[in-house]
Amino acid sequence: MSDIADKVKKIVVEHLGVDESKVTPDASFIDDLGADSLDTVELVMAFEEAFSVEIPEDAAEKIATVKDAIDYIEKQKAA
Amino acid sequence: MFSLSGKTALVTGASGGIGAAIARQLHAQGATVVLSGTREAALQELADSLGERAHIAVANLSDPAEADGLVAKAEAVAGAPLDILVNNAGLTRDTLAIRMKDSDWSQVMTVDLESPFRLARAALKGMLRRRAGRIISIASVVGTTGNAGQANYAAAKAGIVGMSKSLAQEAGPRGVTVNVVAPGFIETPMTDVLPETVREKLIGSIPLGRMGNTGDVASAVVYLASDEAAWVTGTTLHVNGGMAMV
Repeated sequence: MSDIADKVKKIVVEHLGVDESKVTPDASFIDDLGADSLDTVELVMAFEEAFSVEIPEDAAEKIATVKDAIDYIEKQKAA
Repeated sequence: MFSLSGKTALVTGASGGIGAAIARQLHAQGATVVLSGTREAALQELADSLGERAHIAVANLSDPAEADGLVAKAEAVAGAPLDILVNNAGLTRDTLAIRMKDSDWSQVMTVDLESPFRLARAALKGMLRRRAGRIISIASVVGTTGNAGQANYAAAKAGIVGMSKSLAQEAGPRGVTVNVVAPGFIETPMTDVLPETVREKLIGSIPLGRMGNTGDVASAVVYLASDEAAWVTGTTLHVNGGMAMV
């Protein structure tokens, strides 16, 4: 697992208070991890801070799963 | 009832009459208070008179950066996360609209509407995470009734109400409440200088037959800040002696 994936996982566990084993790549923040809309905004803000990236509103809306978040941040970091 | 023991509160505009009364009452209920304003000497004097659990954080809220940084500054001097934010600071630039300068409008908007938003935004981040918090903003009866000569002030105060209702909906799921206190005519040095006939006419329009005092406003803030008000959010508590029943 990449450093980014590792860090994303850690942030999700910390913010949503879920068990690490549940944070699989395909896990949906809302459907599988019990997040509400405020949680997802807080997660996006936590990602922005942790990775020093800016995630605009339209991109944030498309981040539904753990993998979505990892992919988006990896793409930003590679650019 | 209404104990605020163990809570930390930031009061902006604490060197003014209403702000100081709010700070005193929050402190009397057991809260640690951070007094903010532009006049350091006045803030320090108030802090000294309160004794323990009183800190100061000087900030000029017409400067966006200072407004953005005030919550962090307050938490640093208090050494604790913020439980209660009281947006009380405000200024007026009264004049009839046809004579109102752009700067009269923008100064009032910046200090009376934009800075409360900046403070609330900063405070909410921590409050949402901690799943607790109180945001109370001081508006005015004129935000509801309007007032000749105060198009800027009335617009800003009405804006506070709309903003607070929106924030209340956003923060509700986390147990954070956002409310407004809207005072009517309050005895201050400004109203002391009114001619007696004007005063009498003013009081005649108030069913409870007197001007309000700063303590009347502070008591409403204490209530909304308390655990007892846990199921009250997005509301405006009018403290005006019945002058406007809205």
